Amino acid sequence: MAYLELDRVAKQFGAQTVVDDFSLSVGKGEFISFLGPSGCGKTTTLQMIAGFLDPTRGAIRLEGKDLTAIHPAKRGLGIVFQSYALFPHMSAAENVAFGLEMRGVPRADRAERVRAALAMVGLAGYEDRHPRRMSGGQQQRVALARALVIKPSVLLLDEPLSNLDAKLREEMQIELRQIQRTIGTTTILVTHDQNEAMSLSDRIVVMSQGRIEQIGTPQETYEKPASAFVSQFLGKTNDFAGSIDRTATPPRLVAGSWSAPAPAGLNGAITVSIRPERIGFGEAGLSAKIVTRIFQGNHWLFQCESECGPAIVIRQNDGTAQPAEGEAVRLAWRPEDMSVRARASA
Amino acid sequence: MSAVAEERNARAPWALTAPALMLFIGVLLIPLAMTVMLSFHDWGQYKGIEPVFILKNWREIATDPYYAEMFWRTFRIAILTTLLTALLGAPEAYILNRMSGRWKSFFLLVILGPLLISVVARTLGWALLFGGNNGLVNKLLMSLGVIHSPIPFMFTETGMVVALAHVMMPFMVLSVWAALQRLDPQIENAAMSLGAGPITIIRRIIMPQIMPGVLSGAIIVFSLSASAFATPAIIGGRRLKVAATLAYDEFLNTLNWPLGAAVATLLLIALVLIVIGSNALIERRYAEVFR
Repeated sequence: MAYLELDRVAKQFGAQTVVDDFSLSVGKGEFISFLGPSGCGKTTTLQMIAGFLDPTRGAIRLEGKDLTAIHPAKRGLGIVFQSYALFPHMSAAENVAFGLEMRGVPRADRAERVRAALAMVGLAGYEDRHPRRMSGGQQQRVALARALVIKPSVLLLDEPLSNLDAKLREEMQIELRQIQRTIGTTTILVTHDQNEAMSLSDRIVVMSQGRIEQIGTPQETYEKPASAFVSQFLGKTNDFAGSIDRTATPPRLVAGSWSAPAPAGLNGAITVSIRPERIGFGEAGLSAKIVTRIFQGNHWLFQCESECGPAIVIRQNDGTAQPAEGEAVRLAWRPEDMSVRARASA
Repeated sequence: MSAVAEERNARAPWALTAPALMLFIGVLLIPLAMTVMLSFHDWGQYKGIEPVFILKNWREIATDPYYAEMFWRTFRIAILTTLLTALLGAPEAYILNRMSGRWKSFFLLVILGPLLISVVARTLGWALLFGGNNGLVNKLLMSLGVIHSPIPFMFTETGMVVALAHVMMPFMVLSVWAALQRLDPQIENAAMSLGAGPITIIRRIIMPQIMPGVLSGAIIVFSLSASAFATPAIIGGRRLKVAATLAYDEFLNTLNWPLGAAVATLLLIALVLIVIGSNALIERRYAEVFR
């Protein structure tokens, strides 16, 4: 049975629908990411789970109980805010202890749990430090400890890493994942960073304009994007205009001078989506010219001008010779690596 | 860099600040020094001011209980005014801050509006409402039978505190408002998610964070109230004197300038000490919040 369940949840502000028809069931201990550009409704959804906003329609259930009927202070969820929202007039330990105090945990027990929580996030010895005397990463850890120390039924993370620099963000991602695995708290992360969503979550909910575009594991959403939006948003992708000719025997899919046996179902104008790292340089295929070649250490990035428009190709730096700028190449890929969608013919 | 250029650079700040510095010295420091000097001069009914150095005025202030009472009254009124503005102004600013856009700007204007009206006009307004038998509110309440004799307002300390608090309220509200702006907008949600109720949130989370704003507002209100002239002059008149009105009377009615100067100097010194002292205390106490 689903642990946390959102059933056709919608939120309207006046005439504007910010979240619509949002259904999701989260298993116990799962790590879910809400991924989408700003304004896609991911934070609004999180705030409805937290109770800071009431859904206009739909139900939110935790272990079968209606969550919307419970006051936010009584929901027992742990929340880490984008700004951390630490209490600046309290020390790190007092910040972490606040939730326990509200729950009437005895003082001695409280001190022990605070120490354990701060140690878990790697801040042992920082108990008496005030938030404003801590770095962004340390504040983030205090916020995490504060949310986890109350043993929340669900941990909600609202873009917790977006204020950290790239290196620290990567470190925190790994740490967050380890902590979550260790204590097994069901977690929902809101983020606009696809790398963060992919490296942290068990499943990703890709959102756009208040609607769910796709729910799936990181690999599924990357490899088999359900819509043009998902393939564009998750990583780089190449879209080539093509067509399917059913009159030929056997039917063929053609994109420029590249062709393959046609997949079942579609007909006429189509779009072929292919990830840049799945394209290789071959003897036959889409003819293209390399415009720029950028060396990026472990891989090469090629920007090409193909007969079907601009194309990006990524090749592993495996030591083999790579084509030079201005060189004419043929782009080829395996039919199973591409995804094909119908295209509204112009 | 050459020695000449270095020397020029060292002199540049002085040259640049010279105009402001001269203005500061000319219109503030020199008159202030002259006032202090004046307080040591002698004065007689028929001989006028004698430029000698005596402690007569200071001895009079120190020994005559009239002055002690007057200074005590001045600071009592200032303290009560400060308390009243803090008690009303802090919640006012908090409510204002929680209002939504249009109402917020409207009520902010309502709060700041009084600053655009002369203190004299505002104080006279209070006098019109509560002044003796003819005060509007007094008349109304008496005709309704709520009270039998007019609420004493004119020539009372209560009246002065109420009128001063009205005049000073914008300073308190603005000061607390500024502190509220520094609050993390999610901080109440954070406290709520940890299980805190609305009263706990205000007491444990909001209050400690806006306290520096309340206290800096209090310093402004206190020093302005202690040195206020117009309101005490209108409400208190000659009967209930405070330091500022006493100094004024000594200068312009008795023409005893040296004594007036001594009163004014003492008020200044007391205020400077109180403000610096409390400021140091606040900064030490709230070091973490101010950072």
